[in-house]
Amino acid sequence: MARTLINVPAKAKRGEIIAIKTLISHTMETGFRHTNLGVRIPRDIIDTLICTYNGEEIFRTRLHPAIAANPFVTFHTVATESGTIGFRWTGDKGFSATASAKITVE
Amino acid sequence: MNPRALRLRPALILAIASAAAFAVALARAEIPLEQRRSSYADMSRDNKAMQDDDTSNPGMLSVLDGEALWSEKAGAANRACADCHGDAKSGMKGVAARHPAFDARLGRPVNLDQRINICRSERQQAAPFALESKDMLAMSAFVAHQSRGEPIAPPDDPRLAPHREAGRAQYNARQGQLNLSCGQCHDDNWGKSLAGNTVPQAHPTGYPIYRLEWQSLGSLQRRLRNCMIGMRAETYPYGALEYVNMELYLMWRARGMKLETPGVRP
Amino acid sequence: MGERLTGRSNRRQFLAAAGGAALALTVRPASATPAAMTLAIRKVAGESEIKPGKVKIDMPPLVENGNAVTMTVSVDSPMTAADHVKSIHVFTERNPQPNVIDVSLGPRAGRASITTRIRLADTQKITAIAQLSDGSFWSDSIEVIITLGACLEDNLI
Ligand code: HEC
Ligand code: HEC
Repeated sequence: MARTLINVPAKAKRGEIIAIKTLISHTMETGFRHTNLGVRIPRDIIDTLICTYNGEEIFRTRLHPAIAANPFVTFHTVATESGTIGFRWTGDKGFSATASAKITVE
Repeated sequence: MNPRALRLRPALILAIASAAAFAVALARAEIPLEQRRSSYADMSRDNKAMQDDDTSNPGMLSVLDGEALWSEKAGAANRACADCHGDAKSGMKGVAARHPAFDARLGRPVNLDQRINICRSERQQAAPFALESKDMLAMSAFVAHQSRGEPIAPPDDPRLAPHREAGRAQYNARQGQLNLSCGQCHDDNWGKSLAGNTVPQAHPTGYPIYRLEWQSLGSLQRRLRNCMIGMRAETYPYGALEYVNMELYLMWRARGMKLETPGVRP
Repeated sequence: MGERLTGRSNRRQFLAAAGGAALALTVRPASATPAAMTLAIRKVAGESEIKPGKVKIDMPPLVENGNAVTMTVSVDSPMTAADHVKSIHVFTERNPQPNVIDVSLGPRAGRASITTRIRLADTQKITAIAQLSDGSFWSDSIEVIITLGACLEDNLI
């Protein structure tokens, strides 16, 4: 399983814009490299990160091989209600990883 | 000659030209204690931020892997590190800062990775982690992370002295096809620019480090190996006494400086 | 220093540190080109006019290692239901492939600003475009100088 690191503030005021940071372990093999013998190393990347807030999609990104190894993506959302912010990464070779974080909105 | 050596050829010619122009200073002096600084100080704002913010530091992913391994039962003894050492926060604090240390049974100094592997094979009766493997680096990063902010404190152990001196001698010896010593770059020319890179003082404060160049975590020995390949000098297998001796000298040179594990370096 | 060799025929010969991270002078077919980037942008924006403005790429102008370059793209927008950013797309000129990242967002983002770390194989131009809720496209471009390129096409592993 890929290791993930998520940073979501535990608490926020209703309507506050919060920053969400995500980090996941993955080599992001570009598919453009070759071995010593000239054999192309197949592409193996995470190509999608979807973020949901209490089940509703709030952010989606498509990643390409130009994203650095161990993809780091940060974005924002408005804290609307208490609940769970969910993350799902998918990619080549059936790659899939999930993470979630709780937030209390007052 | 392997294909890698062949591919290095054109680069080598450039390397010699560049090094010859660069390594002019001959006088070798140890860096005064108060002038020492981690190469963290030379990094760009973004790279500093990458190291400082745990959610942004890819080395933290390995620290978390190591944390998971810490409490995983392993080997014929079916024991986890945690079963004997308890909470690493207290049990492993300062341990990385005093390695390499002398191992009486082996009669030689061992670095942190080797010390961990002694417990792997003797206490857990499990296969030792392969040096430089994902698990080895994860465990080592996790243990060393417990010393983040702690001053490097080489043990005052007379049995280490001859090894540290051997390390110092190697550090100061001209070696390789470029006929350079480590000290010519790191003591005499630190702070200067070498083809776009700032030459650091070479303090082992961040290990294992997440190096952008590697796009992964790597040990101090891997870093030393990189410099030695750069000097076109003889390299050793990972774990070799020559490397451990050099680590001893580097840790002594950096005594009192604070550990940063997991450091980020370009 | 060390283990990596990358090469592109059109890249200046460069040495990172004596004998270190050296470029093997292999000739490699050109990959992405300014034309490929334009094509990739047109795939997203179609025939629409792309105006400079509103979008801002924040990246250091000089980067020591192209393997992980921190990039922030922000768009000046109130992010309301009536007026918000729908998507952000980033492209490069000289990576093997022009696309870097595509982001879909909406008013719930509150702020149209994303940060990620990207690979840059060479000194090159980076372009970000954003589509607003009224359908208009805006863009920003910057030039980033790389002293050591990313091993996107590294021949050795
Ligand atoms: C069965 C008990 C046991 C297990 C399991 C065990 N250790 Fe140890 N470990 C010890 C003992 C006892 C010592 C100190 C005695 C010695 O020097 O051998 C020690 C010493 C160490 C030290 C040196 C500490 C210092 O203060 O210098 C490190 C580092 C270490 N262990 C790491 C680990 C790690 C990592 C694991 C799991 C992979 C582990 N140990 C598993 C019993 C254990
Ligand atoms: C030609 C100059 C040169 C020589 C000779 C050289 N190095 Fe280095 N060394 C560098 C440069 C440049 C870097 C930083 C590389 C970078 O940032 O990519 C470095 C980095 C290091 C680091 C990493 C410091 C950190 O912050 O993590 C250590 C440790 C080190 N060198 C030790 C040595 C040792 C030991 C030797 C001798 C075996 C040696 N170097 C020889 C130029 C040199």
